[in-house]
Amino acid sequence: MGDHHHGPAKGFGRWLFTTNHKDIGTMYLWFSFAMFILGGFFAMVIRAELFQPGMQLIDPAFFNQMTTLHGLIMVFGAIMPSFVGLANWLIPMMIGAPDMALPRMNNWSFWILPPTFLLLASTLFMEGGAPAFGWTFYAPLSTTYAPPSVTFFIFSVHVLGLSSIMGSINIIATVMNMRAPGMTYMKMPLFVWTWLITAFLLVAVMPVLAGAVTMMLMDIHFGTSFFSAAGGGDPVLFQHVFWFFGHPEVYIIILPAFGVVSQIIPAFSRKPLFGYDSMVYATASIAFLSFIVWAHHMYTVGMPVAGELFFMYATMLIAVPTGVKVFNWISTMWRGAMTFETPMLFSIGFLVLFTLGGFTGLMLSIAPADFQYHDSYFVVAHFHYVMVAGAVFSMTAAIYFWLPKWCGRMYNETMGKTHFWISFIGFNLTFFPQHFVGLAGMPRRIPDYALQFADFNMMSSIGAFIYGASQILFLYNVIATIVAGEPTSEEKVWDGAEGLEWTLPTPAPYHTFETPPAVK
Amino acid sequence: MFKLSDNPSIDTATKLVGLAVVMFAFVFVVMVPLYDVLCDALGINGKTGAEAYTSVPAAVDESRVVTVQFIATNNEGMPWGFSPSTSTMKVNPGAVNDTVFLARNPLPFAMVAQAIPSVSPARAAAYFHKTECFCFNRQPLDGGDSAELPLQFIVDQDLPRDIGTITLSYTIFDVTERAAGDLASR
Repeated sequence: MGDHHHGPAKGFGRWLFTTNHKDIGTMYLWFSFAMFILGGFFAMVIRAELFQPGMQLIDPAFFNQMTTLHGLIMVFGAIMPSFVGLANWLIPMMIGAPDMALPRMNNWSFWILPPTFLLLASTLFMEGGAPAFGWTFYAPLSTTYAPPSVTFFIFSVHVLGLSSIMGSINIIATVMNMRAPGMTYMKMPLFVWTWLITAFLLVAVMPVLAGAVTMMLMDIHFGTSFFSAAGGGDPVLFQHVFWFFGHPEVYIIILPAFGVVSQIIPAFSRKPLFGYDSMVYATASIAFLSFIVWAHHMYTVGMPVAGELFFMYATMLIAVPTGVKVFNWISTMWRGAMTFETPMLFSIGFLVLFTLGGFTGLMLSIAPADFQYHDSYFVVAHFHYVMVAGAVFSMTAAIYFWLPKWCGRMYNETMGKTHFWISFIGFNLTFFPQHFVGLAGMPRRIPDYALQFADFNMMSSIGAFIYGASQILFLYNVIATIVAGEPTSEEKVWDGAEGLEWTLPTPAPYHTFETPPAVK
Repeated sequence: MFKLSDNPSIDTATKLVGLAVVMFAFVFVVMVPLYDVLCDALGINGKTGAEAYTSVPAAVDESRVVTVQFIATNNEGMPWGFSPSTSTMKVNPGAVNDTVFLARNPLPFAMVAQAIPSVSPARAAAYFHKTECFCFNRQPLDGGDSAELPLQFIVDQDLPRDIGTITLSYTIFDVTERAAGDLASR
């Protein structure tokens, strides 16, 4: 690092006023981890109540608030910001850019988040309690029957939507305009590709979410009747608008995770990614299909048979590009010189469990079968397999993979592997039995259940506590690495890793690629 | 490609802001009206159309009898008595049928109600024509008054053969405040 570089400013002002993509990425990651702990705490409350049948610890109204806030905070506060943080850290380093294209907006898009989630969490202490209508906030639960705090919830959704849109615009502007000479689109690392496509999805659907909550706001306070049948509106319209946002949203969460494992699996297989081009096209196809399958979340709402069939076939079609990806990852590992460091373990865990979640997704896509599965714990098991074992596992893999590059210190491998195995066992113990209770008819979002579900629920709760505790180990490992990990100055921390970020010194200096690198 | 700014990043960002604004407008300008149009056109969601059906060209199909059931429901907080005068009718497709619903306002002051129809199975909605219906208009009733609300309907001759029973359900809503608001704003 040359002396002409000015380093980071001192004190809190460094973080408040920073326009440095690495600082902002770090803040996003820490913030999302804090939210992950908060949302995880809510999950622990839920699992503690469900440990035994009957009402034990909390009343049903509070249970509903817990399920709602758990979902909202995990989706919008933990998973999404964590991947934005990763994008901030890595995209400029991967495409040879000195920083993000719009650094001041970058600062804004982060700093409006913490107050927003503070506002959302504060609804717990308001009269009538926090929102209790589920993270999908279906009308009329979220309009006619909502607690007064719903207005604060609507405002939070507006602001976090704004933050996501700003972050996405920044990512697209960076990728489209700031690639190093010679870095053509088809040479970009797959993480950059998946984020470029994700960012377009975000810009397209976050305004739809904003529209949905705006209509709620107007129904509640300004006398309109978008979702009220009394005034000629229709509550079913809400579900259409919400899922028109909501389905692309689930790909917004998972596509960057695909990008992460597409970086990590080749590194530890010591082979280039198999089928790079097909990976790009598969990602784009998934993004396109995400716009025409929304109604598979609402098969039971009363649709014409033609509609059910269309959404069923379109949904099944998504298995094709997703299958292409899964087979490409497996082919990448095929006959590779594989080693199983922690990032690779989490990536393989991702691959196995995400594929399982994909299979249950296929089961759910079958409209007539979905009438049985709908709103049962089977759905809960399905989306936790794709959200936790998909997005969260890949995010964890990413932290272990790039942390040594970021801070120039190596994490404790034994502790990392322990973290993986405890997570893997805890996760499966939590969610695998939920398939069974779901198929047997246990409904989701209910604080009590029939006695025959007791054993599986107790297993689920024990698994959840194990999985939750393993995150404390993770936190300890990360902090211990940053403070006192074994120093490393190898540019390529992992011998099989490829990409521009591994040509930089370790730890990554505050300013990188001020002169663009040459890309062959 | 046209340029909005000399700085390529600002140019990209401005276009994307445009896309976000367009998508926000899309919800209100396209999705909401399109939903209503589709529900009306396809008769899905049990919507039978808010307009009176006028043309009755074909003859009565004496060979077939369809059972029509009537259901009346009060929306939450609606205190009116509201019920069909007959719960079931057997009708021939193509024939014009009349029935009435009975409404009574038990409260001491005037109220305005709006009935919202829904037909099951949803597939039958497109074949259930109302030539006259109290649901086309708001229904005011003075305190303590009763009324017979007329309904005239025709079951289409083209009703799929496998449908033998049609259920027509009305939910009655209290729209007194809304009606007062509309009058005030006029």
